[in-house]
This record gives sequence, C-alpha cells and structure tokens, in this order.
Amino acid sequence: MSVIKVPRKPLTFAERTYIPQIVSGMMTTLKHIVAKPLTVNYPEERPEIPAGYRGVPTLVRDPNGREKCVSCQLCEFVCPPKAIRITPGEIPADSPAAHVEKAPKEFEINMLRCIYCGLCQEVCPEEAIWLQNVFSVSGYERGEFINNKQKLYELGGTLPDAHYKWDKKKAAAEEAALHGQH
Amino acid sequence: MSATPELIKINIDGRDIAVPRGTNVIEASRLLGIDVPHYCYHPKLPVVGNCRMCLVEMGLPAVDPATKTPVIDPATGRQKINWMPRPQIGCGTNAIPGLHIRTTTQMVKDARAGVMEFLLINHPLDCPICDQAGECKLQEQATSYGRGYSRYIEDKNVKPKRTQLGPRVMLDDERCILCSRCVRFSKEVAKDDVLGFIDRGSYSTLTCYPGKELANNYSLNTVDICPVGALTSTDFRFKMRVWFLKQTNSIDTESSVGANTVVWSREGQIYRITPRRNDEVNDTWMSDSGRDLYKQVRAENRLSSPAPLADLIAQAKALLASGGVALVASARSTVAEQYLAKKIADHLKIPADSRHVPAHLAKGDGLLISADRTPNTRGALVTGLIDTLPSEKLTQLAAGIDAGKIKTVLVINEDLSLHGLAPEQLARVDIIHIGTHASATSAAAKVVIPSHTVFEKNGTFINQQFRLQQFNAAVPGHVGTHNDATILSGLLAALGGHDFEGKSNAIWSRLTEETPELAGLAHGNIPETGHLIDAARFSHHAFPETEGLHYKPAK
Repeated sequence: MSVIKVPRKPLTFAERTYIPQIVSGMMTTLKHIVAKPLTVNYPEERPEIPAGYRGVPTLVRDPNGREKCVSCQLCEFVCPPKAIRITPGEIPADSPAAHVEKAPKEFEINMLRCIYCGLCQEVCPEEAIWLQNVFSVSGYERGEFINNKQKLYELGGTLPDAHYKWDKKKAAAEEAALHGQH
Repeated sequence: MSATPELIKINIDGRDIAVPRGTNVIEASRLLGIDVPHYCYHPKLPVVGNCRMCLVEMGLPAVDPATKTPVIDPATGRQKINWMPRPQIGCGTNAIPGLHIRTTTQMVKDARAGVMEFLLINHPLDCPICDQAGECKLQEQATSYGRGYSRYIEDKNVKPKRTQLGPRVMLDDERCILCSRCVRFSKEVAKDDVLGFIDRGSYSTLTCYPGKELANNYSLNTVDICPVGALTSTDFRFKMRVWFLKQTNSIDTESSVGANTVVWSREGQIYRITPRRNDEVNDTWMSDSGRDLYKQVRAENRLSSPAPLADLIAQAKALLASGGVALVASARSTVAEQYLAKKIADHLKIPADSRHVPAHLAKGDGLLISADRTPNTRGALVTGLIDTLPSEKLTQLAAGIDAGKIKTVLVINEDLSLHGLAPEQLARVDIIHIGTHASATSAAAKVVIPSHTVFEKNGTFINQQFRLQQFNAAVPGHVGTHNDATILSGLLAALGGHDFEGKSNAIWSRLTEETPELAGLAHGNIPETGHLIDAARFSHHAFPETEGLHYKPAK
C-alpha cells in the first residue's frame, strides 16, 4: 500500500487566538447552569423507570393467587449465562391448582450471573416470569444474590392474566362432569 | 425374512432404490433419507394404518390391458406411470417391482396438513407441563407438516387426565391420539393383553380392561413408544426436561441378555434409562426392572472411603502376603476386570480350586431377562478366569475355610453371605472386599476398596449370544470410590505383576493378545450393535439360559 500524505491546513488568525473556542465553550457551560439537570441525586432521588424496562427477573401470580410458573424449564434452557436453576415438582392432589399438575419445587435465579437480557420473559409460555422495575441489587454475601422461589414471588407480586387458560380448562372439565362425560 | 431377500427396484421421489420385496414405503424411504411422517407405525409392531399420517402418492408402470405391453409416454419416451387418484398409506404399502412413490406433491402435503389438523383438534395445549415435550412426534410433525395455526373455535373434548394404568405408567387420555402402539405392544410383545379403546369417534378413550392393570415387567416400553405424552412414567414424571439430558450408551446388567440401553443424565445425576435399538439383541425393548438400576448409583448403602487408593492397596497387599488366598471374582465385572482378576490369581499362584465365580440364577421370563442374572458369565469363560460354569453355592470355599486351608479371601463385587457362607466362616478369614455397596461381606472385611457401578465406568460384557458389547461411563464416579480396573491393576502392580497403570487400552491390548477369541479387536472400536465372538471353545458347557428374544439355547 502506498502512503498518502494528507496536507494539514494552517490555522487562521482567529483560531490562533483561541478566543472563539473559549467563548463557545463558556456558552455551553452557562447554558447548563440554568438548564434542568440531566442527573438525579441517587439514591435519595430515583429515576423514572420507562415501560418495558428490563430489571430484576421475578415470578408472578395470577389475580387468583395461583403461581403461574409450571416449571417447563424453557427459561432455564434459554438463559445465556445459565443463571436460572429449576427443580420441577408435582402439585399435590388436594391443592386448588391440582389440575395444573406441575409447579416448581424450587426456582433459583443467580443475580450474579443474570445479564438482564429478558430472554426468559420472552420464552415463557405461561407469562410467569417478568423483568420488573428493580435495577439495584446489593448484598454483603454471594448467597444473598441467589433469589429463591419465595424471594422471586415476593419481588414479582401479582400481574393481570389475559387468558386464564388453566381456569378455563378446569371449568370445562367440571362442565363435562356435570353432563356425565367421564 | 429369508437369509438372502430378493431385491426389487422401486422409485421414490424420482430416485431409484433396490429394496427387499415387501419392504414398506416408510422403511424404503428411510433408506433414501426421506422422512415419511407417521405415528401408529412402529418397525417392531404389526402394521394397522390407523393414524393416516404417512399418506403418499403411489403409482405403477402402465401396461396395455389387451396386449400386456408397456405403455410408453410419448413426452418422455419412458414407460408411463399410472398414478392413483388418492393418496395411500406408506406403512401399509409394500414394495413391488416398479412401484413409484411421491412424497413431496401438493396432494401429499395437503393430506398431511389435514391429518395434523384433525389430530390437534382435541389435543390439549399441555406442552409446557407435558413430559414428552422435546421428544414428541406430534410437536415435531405439527411444526414440520402442520398448518401452523388453529381454525378450531369450539370447545375441546374433556377426557380423564390422570389415570394410573399400572404401578409405573400414568395415562393422560386427552393427549392420546389413538395410534394403538401401546395396545399392540401389550398384546404382541409383552403377551399381556390389558389395554384397549372404549367409546366411539372423538370420545374414544384408551383404558385397561376391567379389573386389570398394566403391571407387567415390560409396561414402560409403552411409554417409550407412545408418540405423544399420553403415557408417562411415574418414576420420570416431572423430574427433568429431556433436552437437558445427556445420552450415554450402556448395557442392562440385570441378566445375560445384555439389552442395549441409553442412560440419560444431567450434571452427574441419572434421571432415566431407556432401551436402545439393537435388532440382534433386544429390538427396541427392555424390562422395567432394568430401568430402576440407576438408583444404585446414589443408594444409601453405597460404599465410599476417604482413604487414598494407594493406602488401601498397601493394606490389601499386606493381607495377601500371608498366603492361603482364595479369589471370589464376579460375573458382574467387565471383561477387562475379569482378566485383571485372573492375572492377580495367577500371580498369587492361587490354585484353580480356590478361584470362584458365584452364579446368580433365577427363572428366565422368555423375553429379555434370562436365567443367568449376571451380565458377563461368558466373559469369565473367555478370559480364562474360570473353566467350568459357576455354581450358586461356594461349598468348596466354605470347606476350605472350615479346614483352615484358606486364610485370606479377595472378594470382587460379590456378597459371600448370599452364596452359602455363614457369618462365622466370614469372621474366620481376612476378607479384602472390592465392591460398590455395603453387604455382610463388606461388613466382615478387613479392607474395603469402594469401586464403581456400571454407570460410572467404561467396559465390555459378553452376553448369552457370545456378543461382545461395549458400554460407556454416564456419570463421574461417586466421591470416595475408585475405578475397578485402576484398583485391580494397582493391586497387580503392588504384588509385583505387570503394571498397566490402570490404562484401559494397555489392559485391552494385552488381553486381546492372550485371548484367541478377542484377537485383533481394537479397544473402544466395537460396533454399536456388538461383535459376535467365536464360541466354539465353550460349546460343551450347559448354559442355564432358556429360549428368549433372539436367543435359542444350543442343543
């Protein structure tokens, strides 16, 4: 490759005095002294979280209090940093959600590993795992960063359900039983 | 099928192939790598053709009815093909000379999409909780051949969701697509006709005959062959999704049949065992009892020891130095381990009447569990560890102990108390026990060297057909245990014999040099279906096995 010499333009007189540059720089500074600040006084003030923000992943219940997760383990499979660990379990026959059959016995998300990518939320067929508003995670020991099932439900709370798929299924079974079908 | 089947030429999707006469279209297409989707067809079960998923277009070369001469298509210059106006089922269409098949035409695609739509009409949206997800034919073929969305707005049928068909099998009738594979398996293979359909149309329901249950020792094969998640194993139910599990080829150790298996594990824990197809040994089946064997890996009474192996071997060596040694080796050990046991016995100059291999006998079931309940009795014969068939009672050993002739017993993977030795007799001798689980023998032993189960090591077994079969380690060894070959080669080296350094290829190459039947067999290169070895040298033995699947005792 040949070397191309780029000619450097000599500075003009005004540029050599530096005064226009200093004045324009001072203008920018003065503008920000009077303008509304871009930063907040964290942690006393908290930023506004926009809709669709990807914070700490949580597990949610439906408005009837049923845990939505059925431990299909798709989030565990899709999770790029392998932060999710699920132990599947069977719902006992005397539970009101017995018709759902399956629920996690244990559900752990390691927040030291989580990269907040949101793939778990995207892949969930039951809309049970949601990345919500919490963005600041702190603790004194590594163990505190592993969110277990109880903690995940505390963080997650209740979210509206658009389908009530399992409730409809239970209603259909009860309806069928009334008409003597099985 | 006869030994040399007549090959005939057929044409599938424009490609010619020679297949044995009578091969059905699904199998012939498989030879060409063409997938003909199906549910009810299974290569080891009778053809019923009730799922209609394998519809293909079929045609035959045109012949003039009057003159019997081929009709030539003027456009191509070749014999004209008369295509049937409607699709035919592939599983029920057998190869005849000149058969033409098309699997990619619009008619076939429409037929498949139509069948898929009907099958999915009443199928529940259970995939997130269904154990079959990941290995479900309905899921796979709905993706490949279905229309991709549902037009059905009516209510789905309701059927029983959790029916316990037997102690090990759970049925979900809503998921059933009525392929009848389980019904045919129970009737034709397990010979335990307990399953059938009741009701009609879309209300058809799989169930057990009144007062019966699916409890035979082959019931879990119905779970394997179920193309959907209708039949599930109560043991594996909701334990783990199949896509996390690593598959390792293994051998069922419960009898000398040596059924080929796949061990499914994740992160050192085994979740289930399923059969692996071997048309010469177990077809696609295995027993239920063989599927439970993985539980021995994490059993309560598993032996383990924090002591370094070198210390344990030194203790064993000290005991063996006192003389009067007897060896009790095992027909459950691998071929290489039996060879090492023989080498140790040769080195210690143990006389032939002090080398024992106890037999484990019970009645065979005529299918896949034989009378010899050890996987490798033939191996003990081939390696020269024993030259007569083993017997159940170790009377000679008991007499030797009573007479004070035997002072030390090296026991490999056996429990002497099960073979006619009393606790007092065990207390009178110094026992070195190499084994996996606690027993009366390990309790009485002076030195216990914990070893690996079949799931934690590589090796070979020789089954009742004298078929050498290889198995691989599915999970790493339990903490505080050692590989059997490492223990035995370490012991052999400590006693002053050849030092194999526990290397399996070094052991194998020496073993194949010294054993005529195994000559020239490369280590780790045994075919997946096994390698039949020459059994002429052992034909005079009266083996205990009776007739079973793919096995007829020599008369």
